[in-house]
Amino acid sequence: MRFLLPLGLFTVIVGFLWVGLSLNPREVPSPFIDKPAPDFTLPQLHDPQKTFSNKDMLGKVWMLNVWASWCVACRQEHPLLVQMARAKLFPVVGLNYKDGREDALRWLLDDGDPYVLSVMDNKGDVGIDYGVYGVPESFVIDKQGVIRHKVIGPLGPAELQNCVIPLVRELEKATAENPISDEVKKACA
Amino acid sequence: MRLMSSLSAVFAVILLLQVPLLSAKEAVPMAEDPVLEKIVNEISAELRCLVCQNQTIADSHADLAVDLKNQVREMVHEGKTQDEIVDYMVQRYGDFVRYRPPVKASTYLLWAGPFLLLFLGIFVLILNLKKRRLLAGEQDTALSPEESERLTQLLKSEEEKNKS
Repeated sequence: MRFLLPLGLFTVIVGFLWVGLSLNPREVPSPFIDKPAPDFTLPQLHDPQKTFSNKDMLGKVWMLNVWASWCVACRQEHPLLVQMARAKLFPVVGLNYKDGREDALRWLLDDGDPYVLSVMDNKGDVGIDYGVYGVPESFVIDKQGVIRHKVIGPLGPAELQNCVIPLVRELEKATAENPISDEVKKACA
Repeated sequence: MRLMSSLSAVFAVILLLQVPLLSAKEAVPMAEDPVLEKIVNEISAELRCLVCQNQTIADSHADLAVDLKNQVREMVHEGKTQDEIVDYMVQRYGDFVRYRPPVKASTYLLWAGPFLLLFLGIFVLILNLKKRRLLAGEQDTALSPEESERLTQLLKSEEEKNKS
């Protein structure tokens, strides 16, 4: 009886630590899910005379992938993006974040260019608008220009298979009467 | 000899005086306006750096923190209030960016937790004190018949001693 209280307290503390320590502190819940993607118009990486705006993609389901040549984790993610581009899964636009144009172009030349196009955010202003804090980050954006999913850190094959691809397929078909299924929502949670 | 020591004392004082001057020089703010910079620092101290999460963007030297501080500075320049600037950051980075979390349903436990623990502690303390007093009380009152007899005998013998 006299051990009941300390034992109870111990159990509660262990419970809290168990949950708390298994969470990933890097994964900050994004306030952007189900909100319109912030508007931007930026010069294109390959042809700075031309600009690109997120509005150009209205009507398509696409991914905005934030990358930089100085970003080590982007190197880890890159081969998967190249494979995705080969398989022509869905259009991926690159947001080249706080990078030098020369470095960025060399990276794409050396390791392959998985993007339909990349835009240059040299000062990182658009990055701030999208709440970017750890490159790489990827946003899945639907036909209405609403952010539906955000991947923080390198996109892995498991998340791509289980969440991103099914989500994009459903979003392509989705209408008001035909919302996203619970399975996909669960896989992406 | 005495001259030497007083000279070195003066020298030491000069050195000591120099130290704050030097460090003050190093910390010259980027913007020229010290009043404005003070406001920028105050607001930055309320915002969490998302790269090094246990620092405010005022403390942190991470790239993102520097960018965000510049953003804050720009917005202060434009005459935005602290609330507007914090809202701007929350819209982009979520509540997590606030070093002082807002009071709402998901943070009630966080805010009330310490007080709950305090009350729990006080409750346990009172319980224990009560138990102890009860035990002490039992010992006081319970005097067995043999004990009371011995007591009267002792008292009697004491009286007799006093008489003689």
